[in-house]
Amino acid sequence: MTDLLQTLVTTIALGSLYALIALGYTMVYGVLKFINFAHSDIVVLGAWTSLVFAGWFAVGEGAGAAAPWWTGGIVLAMAMLTCGVLGFTIERLAYKPLRKAPRLNVLITAIGISLLLQNSGQSLIFGPRPKPMPPLITDRPLATIALPDWDVNLAWYWLLLIVAAIAAPFMVAKAKWAARIPKWAYVAGPAAVIAGVLLLNTTDGGGQRQDVKILWVDIAIVLTAILLMVALQFLVYGTKLGQAMRAVSFNIPNAALMGINVNFVISFTFVLGSMLGAAGGFLYAIKYPLVSQTADAGWVLLGLTAFVAAVVGGIGSIRGAMLGGFLISAVQQFGIWGVKQMGYDNAPALKDLYVFAVLIFVLLVKPEGLLGRPTREKV
Amino acid sequence: MFAGLLPVVVVIALALGAYGLQRAEVIGPYWLNVLCNMGINILLAVSLNLVNGFTGQFSIGHAGFMAIGAYVAGWITYYGGLLIWNEVPVTPPEGWFPPQVWLFAAGCVGGGLVAGLFGWLVGLPSLRLRGDYLAIVTLGFGEIVRVLLQQTGPVLADAAAVKDAGLSSAMALGGSLGFVSVDTGLGLTAFNNLFWTVFFLGATILICYRLKQSSTGRAFLSVREDEIAAQAMGINLTRIKVRAFVIGAVLAGIGGGLFAHQSGNNLTPTDANFVRSFDILIPVVLGGLGSISGVVLAAALLTMLPEILRNPGEYLPLWPWLGAVAAIGIGVGLAIRHRRALREVCFAVAILALAPVLLALAGWACKKPGWITEKGFELGEYRMILFALLLVLMMILRPQGLFGVHEVWEMGKLFKKKPPKDPMGPAPVASALNSVASRGGGRL
Repeated sequence: MTDLLQTLVTTIALGSLYALIALGYTMVYGVLKFINFAHSDIVVLGAWTSLVFAGWFAVGEGAGAAAPWWTGGIVLAMAMLTCGVLGFTIERLAYKPLRKAPRLNVLITAIGISLLLQNSGQSLIFGPRPKPMPPLITDRPLATIALPDWDVNLAWYWLLLIVAAIAAPFMVAKAKWAARIPKWAYVAGPAAVIAGVLLLNTTDGGGQRQDVKILWVDIAIVLTAILLMVALQFLVYGTKLGQAMRAVSFNIPNAALMGINVNFVISFTFVLGSMLGAAGGFLYAIKYPLVSQTADAGWVLLGLTAFVAAVVGGIGSIRGAMLGGFLISAVQQFGIWGVKQMGYDNAPALKDLYVFAVLIFVLLVKPEGLLGRPTREKV
Repeated sequence: MFAGLLPVVVVIALALGAYGLQRAEVIGPYWLNVLCNMGINILLAVSLNLVNGFTGQFSIGHAGFMAIGAYVAGWITYYGGLLIWNEVPVTPPEGWFPPQVWLFAAGCVGGGLVAGLFGWLVGLPSLRLRGDYLAIVTLGFGEIVRVLLQQTGPVLADAAAVKDAGLSSAMALGGSLGFVSVDTGLGLTAFNNLFWTVFFLGATILICYRLKQSSTGRAFLSVREDEIAAQAMGINLTRIKVRAFVIGAVLAGIGGGLFAHQSGNNLTPTDANFVRSFDILIPVVLGGLGSISGVVLAAALLTMLPEILRNPGEYLPLWPWLGAVAAIGIGVGLAIRHRRALREVCFAVAILALAPVLLALAGWACKKPGWITEKGFELGEYRMILFALLLVLMMILRPQGLFGVHEVWEMGKLFKKKPPKDPMGPAPVASALNSVASRGGGRL
């Protein structure tokens, strides 16, 4: 049970991170209808530039020491700005000349850009070895939830109760008498049940106590990601520019006829995607402080994971990417947990296999994703 | 009736001839290694060209199929050899065709078949959709193969253990150390020689050449040119794409079998990763998406690239010969009128002939202390950056690759017949039709 709750905490933290990265894939696909292969490398550069900027603040001498809380924000903003400029440059130099070219050519160019970023980052700028990220945030946990080491059978019943509490509002909402229930009860009810279950079990159950740790890093990741996603949501659905972006993603020639500056909107989308990717890179670097070299295979797999998140949610759909990020992270983390339960020690090494299996499954069963619109090729 | 067999006989004869040269030690060990590696690289590039060039689907995980073929072939020769002859020889036994070598050939074919099975499994879901999905699925596939191979257990060392393990010896492939037994230090025997390289390479080129002429090959090309039009002509898009993908995977698996048994190569899981895939991809994009001869030439050039950059001084004296080829190419190209395809082939040959000289020059200049940097540096270390720039530049300047879909042997048409001189110049419709036909790989 402790493992399960710890997995849940990791799932939420990583899920918001994957969602951030997936947003970059899905937004570029939305306006230009191609997979931006270089996006995962923007994420890598986000991680590395934040490492360099954090080094400028010269923090992290001695164990446990951390910079004041606002350094993280400044480093994040600087990394996002750098990657935004980079995204703009890439779009102008490499993709814009190919706007009317066949899809295959754009794809090959994107792969070329990706290779260029990886290898020039590795052999010219950042060096071929992993480097540690200076600690920007304390490694002490925010909270430890002490849990008794439950009887396994009982744990499953508690888990069932939590799942039922989450599922109940969705079931009830369809019933006739649902209108009589106040809206806040849909959130408050399940929250109360979950809190109750946790509280009930925090008290000494007689068994051996184990701790579930919620780290400050996890909180920072979730908060930053939610902040950025809310901002994006406002930008896309609440401003004129966002309206223009949605129009361009719907139909480029018609958007141009309506007086929208298509080139500007496309560039802006790229910059936005790159900035979110950079934020993802920054958060990844503070979560896993040993930052691998830019051409490391781990980054490719991180990009693949985020891409699968975008596909699961429905590529081209912004809300889909957010949903997909959490779903994929759940599949990955609970996959690790489940395989470990089955007695296989090296379960984390196989985490990308579960993600890949999900990709194949989605492509076979529902290629347009959960929230995507099915597209049909027309002449 | 037997006219179709002639090319097969020619391939076998060529392979035997090359093997004869090797046995007579006309070809030294260094060049033997370079030639075998070149053959393997050409084979892999030509097999990828079937997917990326002919059918226009973009696979960037070809190394995954290569690695599967390599490991299956290695599993067959290593454990098969242990079971049958009770030993793993350090070097292949004496003789032209010792019995162990036939097991190796069977291993290559088996590796190809298993790789083809995986190609089917991966291709079927992703090829139903548009091209971009295949790219990212294959990229992920290559990395997954690498991760899975790293999880395998240590290589078994003696026949008794293999008998106990049975089929589960397929899980004993050495993990991240590569296919080498920790106990004995023995890995795969270097069975590969010029005969098998030339034989399988010739077979691959022959298959691709015949495919390009056949109705299936024309279906491949039509899918590449326009999926909707191809569908309107009654082509089952998914079936045709999957067919091309599976054939490509089978050939890549065979190439992997050769690679695993080439002396100097240590088979490790990293051979499935994307760097290796890009090594296979670059010649395809460079040589021409759809041109067999273009890909062959480009792959040969790119195999030589590290060698040239390592010893640029040795290759600089070749400039009169290669320069002459380039001059002839440019001269003939300028002289040809009305036949744009042939002219482009001439220019492409000239560029490929000049490339080694220019590379040697650049490598030499970079090595020289004080010329470009203080100490001088190895240009070869920046190979991947060069490749990346090359990819982007090719897409902006000449997206169809140097040769397009044209072949070097189309030059033969130069001597056959001249198009009728028309004082008014070619009619616009006729020239448009001609260009469409040549784009589709048809007759000029």
